[in-house]
Amino acid sequence: MSGDFDRVSVVQLGRHYGRRRALTDISFTAQAGMIMGLLGPNGAGKSTLLAILGTLLVASTGRVEYGDVTAEHGGAGLRARIGMLGHDLFLYPELTARENLIFFGRLYCVADVEGRVAAALERTGLAARGDDPVSSFSRGMRQRVALERALLHGPRLLLLDEPFTGLDQASALALVGRLREEQARGVITLLATHDLDVVDGLLTEVVFLNGGRRASAGPAHGPLRERYREAMQP
Amino acid sequence: MTTAVKIQLAVATLMFAVAPWIVNAAPHEATMGLVYKIYFFHMPSAWMFMLAAIVSGVTSGRYLFTKNPKADATAVAAAELAVLFGLLALVTGPLWARKAWGVWWVWDARLTSSLMLFLIFVAYLLLRQFGGPGSEKLSAGLALFGMANVPFIYVSVNVWRTMHPKTSVVPTLPVSMGIPLWFCVTAFLLLFLALLSLRSLLERQRGRIDALYLAEDEA
Amino acid sequence: MMSPFLRVAALVVRKDLTVEVRSFEVLSTTLFFAVTVVLIFAFGFVKEGVPLDGVAAAILWIALAFSGTLALGRTFERERQADTLRALMLAPADRPALYAGKLAGILLLMALVEAVLVPMVGLMFQAPIFEAPLLLAGLLAAGTLGFAAVGTLFAAMLVRARSRDVLLPVLLYPMTVPVMIAGVRGTAALFQSEPDPGLAQFWLALLVFFDAVFVTLALWTFEPLMTD
Repeated sequence: MSGDFDRVSVVQLGRHYGRRRALTDISFTAQAGMIMGLLGPNGAGKSTLLAILGTLLVASTGRVEYGDVTAEHGGAGLRARIGMLGHDLFLYPELTARENLIFFGRLYCVADVEGRVAAALERTGLAARGDDPVSSFSRGMRQRVALERALLHGPRLLLLDEPFTGLDQASALALVGRLREEQARGVITLLATHDLDVVDGLLTEVVFLNGGRRASAGPAHGPLRERYREAMQP
Repeated sequence: MTTAVKIQLAVATLMFAVAPWIVNAAPHEATMGLVYKIYFFHMPSAWMFMLAAIVSGVTSGRYLFTKNPKADATAVAAAELAVLFGLLALVTGPLWARKAWGVWWVWDARLTSSLMLFLIFVAYLLLRQFGGPGSEKLSAGLALFGMANVPFIYVSVNVWRTMHPKTSVVPTLPVSMGIPLWFCVTAFLLLFLALLSLRSLLERQRGRIDALYLAEDEA
Repeated sequence: MMSPFLRVAALVVRKDLTVEVRSFEVLSTTLFFAVTVVLIFAFGFVKEGVPLDGVAAAILWIALAFSGTLALGRTFERERQADTLRALMLAPADRPALYAGKLAGILLLMALVEAVLVPMVGLMFQAPIFEAPLLLAGLLAAGTLGFAAVGTLFAAMLVRARSRDVLLPVLLYPMTVPVMIAGVRGTAALFQSEPDPGLAQFWLALLVFFDAVFVTLALWTFEPLMTD
């Protein structure tokens, strides 16, 4: 089953480890062209939710639907349409930026790998450093390469876990620009972050998480900081 | 405790109480006299050990592919029993060897194979204890591999042992020594089944308590 | 064109080789460790300059087991660094193919270690390594495959577990006892004063059978064990 999808629906999703609840009764739908923010304090369950959406974890209760297909039935075809930028970046430090991108490109059966990789390196502005090992890059540079890795195969669903960590102003703006480009192409983006100021204005939807549950929506408009503060009130 | 388990325990206890007389009544064996009678406890222990290992392996396989927590509960219960009965077999074995041939350990094929399989199930318990979250699945994989390994362990140790010149001759006791042996085997089997049921139940109840904690948390 | 399974496995092997070639860290440390193990055991077993009868085979295989465990641990520690093992699981690649790729990498590494250890053992213990070279190579190949097949699976499944460094040998050594027995006894049969190739062939057959069963079992259980 390798059909494309235009929305991702999370239905009463729960995940627990023994007697510790990580997520409880989470439901929402994200459509193509949306940039949805997952906002919440540390330990709210944002990373767990992203891992489940990326098929890395299985939900304990509830389900995720990618269009009409659930995660168990999606298989490899589904994974081909998901791109993820993890907290730990998913890049081999000993390999060069180019080698990393080519490896993952080939793994994802991307057509014309070398061409696409060259274009991706151009976009990061790191074409000159393309043949340096990733371990020699700063966090911001690694982030840019990691993002291109996640986007190389043209995924429909993009999952980002704290992508603005350790980024300077310029890199953060570049990331925002890149996300807007993908949004225009109809990609569904889910983004977990603490950096409210940077994403204010970027996000089309927001889901607030607290202690594994969806916190109340708070005011629908206004500065993100205000909305966050409202939502986190007990 | 279900009725079945109560009956099993009651009968097993009774049988174990009576066992010394039954074992005593068995004839003396030609070369070893009285000493060989430890065999009546040693062999059933070894059989229950094997049975426990197989049960653990099979239910682990089921758990791995169906994710049914009941299968995991039985798997861990059987693994603990494997360690228990394995320990019994490995203690009674050397006791017999000491009295019969003057040495504590004989590189007998069965003893050595049992030791290896025993180590695998000890490793199973260590993994569950120290492996952190998700170790149920990992230990299931271990038990499955352990069970698949049983024929290899046995054959390799057996052939290895026969290649070694031995200082003592291990007589092969006839498998059927009549009533005393089957009596003891039955007693051990009832005990095994009772313990397996009880321990699996305990494990399932532990899972249920976790679920209750989760439900309470939700309320 | 290659089947997707082989293609993915080849990709993984090439990537592992490329990473290793940058620093040779795993190869050099594993090799050095293996040599040290052989020496330590030699000091234990050589009396007045004469090695005890039949120790050469045992020392060789013990050194391989110890250094193999080290290599497995280090290889998967690398995949933990930037969480790249999860990135591999994210990919649409066939999961057993990922396992096969990792296994092939370990086998290559161990082959290089053996290329050094076997002549070393031959020299130090006057073992006749050229008596039946094909049989010896066969025993080493089949034994290493059995050990590595189980080891790769266990090392992979322990990546996210606590106490993984000590748990790997705890799990691996009992499970690979048949490999050790067959490897040592088969090699000893070739090294003894009157070599017994027939016996060595028996042990080789056992190893091949073990490999068939356990590689299949590993391929089959890799995905359920690695997915949470």
